[in-house]
Amino acid sequence: MTPRPSSVIGRPRRRVDGRAKVTGQTRYADDIVLPRMLHCRLLRSTEPHARIVRVDTAKAAAFPGVHLVLTGEAFPIPYGILPVSHDEHALCPDKVRFVGDPVAAVVAQDEATAAAAVDLIHVEYEPLRTYASPEESLAFPEPRIHDYGDEGNIHKIVALQFGDVDAALASADHVFDDVFFFEGNTHLPIEQHACVATKDPEGKLVVYSSTQTPHYLHRALAKALAMPAAHIRVIATPNGGGFGGKSDPFNHEVAVAKAALILDRPVKICLTREEVFYCHRGRHPVLMRIRTGVTNDGKLTGMDLRTLLDGGAYGSYGVASTFYTGALQTVTYQIPRYRFRGCRVFTNKPPCGPKRGHGTPQGRFGQEVQLDKIAEKLKIDPADLRLNIVAPPNSLTANFLRVGTIGLAECIQKVVARSDWKNKFRKLPYGRGVGLACSSYLTGAGLPINWNDLPQSGVQLKLDRSGGVTAFSGATEIGQGSDDVLAAIVAEILGIDTFDIRVVTGDTDLTPVDLGSYSSRVTLMMGNAAMQAAERAREFLAEAVSKKLTIPKDRLVFADRRVFDGEQPSTGVTFQEAICLAEAMFGTLGTTGSYTAPKTAAKFKGGGVGPSPTYSYTAAVVEVEVDPETGWIIVPRVWVAHDIGRALNPTLVRGQVEGGVYMGLGEALMEEQAFRRLPAKLSRALVHKFPSMLEYKSPTSLDMPEIFTDLVEHPDPAGPFGAKEVGQGPLLPMMPAVANAVYDAVGVRVDEIPVTPEKILKALTAKAAGKPARYGPASFPDIKWPEALMVTPPWEGGDGRASNEPPRKKRKAEAGIEANAGVRS
Amino acid sequence: MSPTTPAPSKIRLSLTVNGERAETLTDGYKTLLEVLREDLQLTGTKHGCELGECGACAVLLDGEPVLSCLVLGVECDGREVTTIEGMASGGQLHPLQDAFADHGAAQCGYCTPGILITAKALLDKEPHPTRERIAEALSGNLCRCTGYLQIFEAVESAAESVRRPGLSGPASGRPKGLPYDGPAFGRPEGLPYDGKVQS
Repeated sequence: MTPRPSSVIGRPRRRVDGRAKVTGQTRYADDIVLPRMLHCRLLRSTEPHARIVRVDTAKAAAFPGVHLVLTGEAFPIPYGILPVSHDEHALCPDKVRFVGDPVAAVVAQDEATAAAAVDLIHVEYEPLRTYASPEESLAFPEPRIHDYGDEGNIHKIVALQFGDVDAALASADHVFDDVFFFEGNTHLPIEQHACVATKDPEGKLVVYSSTQTPHYLHRALAKALAMPAAHIRVIATPNGGGFGGKSDPFNHEVAVAKAALILDRPVKICLTREEVFYCHRGRHPVLMRIRTGVTNDGKLTGMDLRTLLDGGAYGSYGVASTFYTGALQTVTYQIPRYRFRGCRVFTNKPPCGPKRGHGTPQGRFGQEVQLDKIAEKLKIDPADLRLNIVAPPNSLTANFLRVGTIGLAECIQKVVARSDWKNKFRKLPYGRGVGLACSSYLTGAGLPINWNDLPQSGVQLKLDRSGGVTAFSGATEIGQGSDDVLAAIVAEILGIDTFDIRVVTGDTDLTPVDLGSYSSRVTLMMGNAAMQAAERAREFLAEAVSKKLTIPKDRLVFADRRVFDGEQPSTGVTFQEAICLAEAMFGTLGTTGSYTAPKTAAKFKGGGVGPSPTYSYTAAVVEVEVDPETGWIIVPRVWVAHDIGRALNPTLVRGQVEGGVYMGLGEALMEEQAFRRLPAKLSRALVHKFPSMLEYKSPTSLDMPEIFTDLVEHPDPAGPFGAKEVGQGPLLPMMPAVANAVYDAVGVRVDEIPVTPEKILKALTAKAAGKPARYGPASFPDIKWPEALMVTPPWEGGDGRASNEPPRKKRKAEAGIEANAGVRS
Repeated sequence: MSPTTPAPSKIRLSLTVNGERAETLTDGYKTLLEVLREDLQLTGTKHGCELGECGACAVLLDGEPVLSCLVLGVECDGREVTTIEGMASGGQLHPLQDAFADHGAAQCGYCTPGILITAKALLDKEPHPTRERIAEALSGNLCRCTGYLQIFEAVESAAESVRRPGLSGPASGRPKGLPYDGPAFGRPEGLPYDGKVQS
């Protein structure tokens, strides 16, 4: 085919679902109303950790208007997102593990009746010791919150070493040793989770849900309900915001599915805002200690990282989250030797999981603040320090991650130039400051959650004589614009407009599997599958048109809804005619495309978390104003540059960058998923401090700074049209950049997120009293780490395997949906 | 509703919604939000908290923006309500709707109806708002996706096109003056292909 200029890719465009969204016609899960529909409410535990002695549902079941009351007995089979932690039941069978854990479900004629009946259920609990902090969970192995996990209340403990780190630190000119804390925070999607389940006329189960991962929900429902997956249809409704918070299979989804099967009527549930806070699955609170060896000229000799994660009450994505706290440090800067030890403990709080950046923002915060301290001590500009150690392109890191294209240096240079960094850093008047930080993120997790050799994304195209093209993909529209990416890629290749394409997504009956909208994987994986499907369709059309026009295929151009001779554009057919010719020649037209990520270079246990087809890079400069009297902090300006590879739709890309900056500033300055104990006379239960949108502070329109966004575009061979991710990376530098800017403004270190006025003031007070000018954690607890897996870095002759790893059970070949192999953990 | 009290009888409610008369039998405890979404099937109005914290449920009540989750349905008897479903007219999107679609101001789209309604209330009163006024007017509407800046730009662009119809520049290069609010094409139709080939 003759190459031609892009008509769709790279142009700022209205997204295909734009009209639906501005007219209120996008149908979210709670907008679905079905005839004879009933409503469900859950009774949630008021105890943080207790055995369930008895659940008395008699009064609720007898209440007028109630159709069904379910308890844990109805759900004997556990499920969970990771095969290694199937530790959840839709309703707790014998034990509750946090305030908010669901115990019973009531289905009634309307929500008010269901809510009233829930209040009539009496639960008798036998309270158990409550674990409010990781330190408590480490100190008391019994009673265990779960009867699985590495030891006591430790869910997962891991140790990996890449080369002789102790020798690397010993040989360094300086060793920096810092402890940081990153408080948990939550996704706060504006849409509360909702789900409608029903039986279709054939008796099969249909579940509409605000889920980012219909494929995993499909698997969980099949397991928990002991039904053939082929008899379950999951439809992911457009999510009113996800950010990772709708990536787990949830209790309420399983509960209403069961209720619909029993009652043979549609059943809906919509969580209250308070319930959304308690469902959580958000950012893990992480305490970390980082020791880094540095030469006098600012080269890193090695890094030794320890992290302690407060996992909350269930596994969720926690094993992956644990590895992620230590996975991506090496893809930004050259670190010749590296050791990572991570420990996730269970506590009696809502489970933590993946939130935008999944496990990596915490470690990134510590790393980037420590680099600021290193630059200060060595008297090197922090931008120059980083530019001097940027990881090389097309290289392997110490932990065997494959870096492809890397635009980090250019990102740093752009924000330095545009912010006038050289004239601001350490030069602004007292109370004003600038801080710089960088980051990287995956463009899709390289390995699927359930190990298998199946495609990670599939796309099907249907073309027919109407001239229409329908694109089917399991990907889920969560606001990021995945429907538009799908349409744009197909439109570009076929030379038509995005609005000529009907997009059908996130429906397990109709669409081929895509693993879901998580790990910034959709543009790359679904995009590559879409390219393959569209190129195959173009081939059919070209064949037919070439025969009709008697010109060689390679002279044909697909553009402007025509297929024509590139050397004589007036000779050609319309796109619709091309389809008719091909349909006549080949029969009914349909094509497929698939994508599977390349094999990873890391062969050691734990090496499955971190690999990606390619990484995005971001650099940011944040300007702050701090009132030294009150600690009050505002952010007037942010400069951000993002290595996107190629922007498929710059309007959407900019939206993702600015949305990431916004959410990062929320984490940096104010957001906290924090807990308190009720007073003794009230049970001492551990409850969320502020489960409401009013008191869980998030930035409003009045808090937004000016944002100056630059995109660095060097197409990456791994991505469709060269595209890399943008949904998560730009959030990451905000938190460390704010902390670094506060130091520049008033000379105190806040080694803890969020950076609140109170903490700044405490650090200023300490400084005035002659104490260290710092606020943050004092120490990292002693943890009995296992012997580290020893992996030799590539440049010391390593092959990606650990020298001391015990033989692992051979991976079972997985063909069907039922087989589970487990994350590499 | 307490379990011991009998269900109160329904209340007849008559109001004007988006210029049309609407009558419904409703429960006295229902909020305007619930009346709109559940009784009148106008699900374009969203909810994020039902406590007056997020702004997603904003509608116009007699032209003034209100949070429909904080207004009882029965308070609205005989009054005029405008929802997102009433913003477009005569088959044409409101300039704010076009601008939001073109400027990336709607990502997940869930806060969008409330923000559009609030922005409409602003432009109805102040056709020339500054960026500061826009931010202030929208400060009760939480958006978790955009970082607000593309929303500000969309409101500014819409204000411009309300003042000077046909002159504002949407980001998409959408052809102007089409009697049609549907697809905005990436490239105007009928553009002759210049035959240039580039790799």
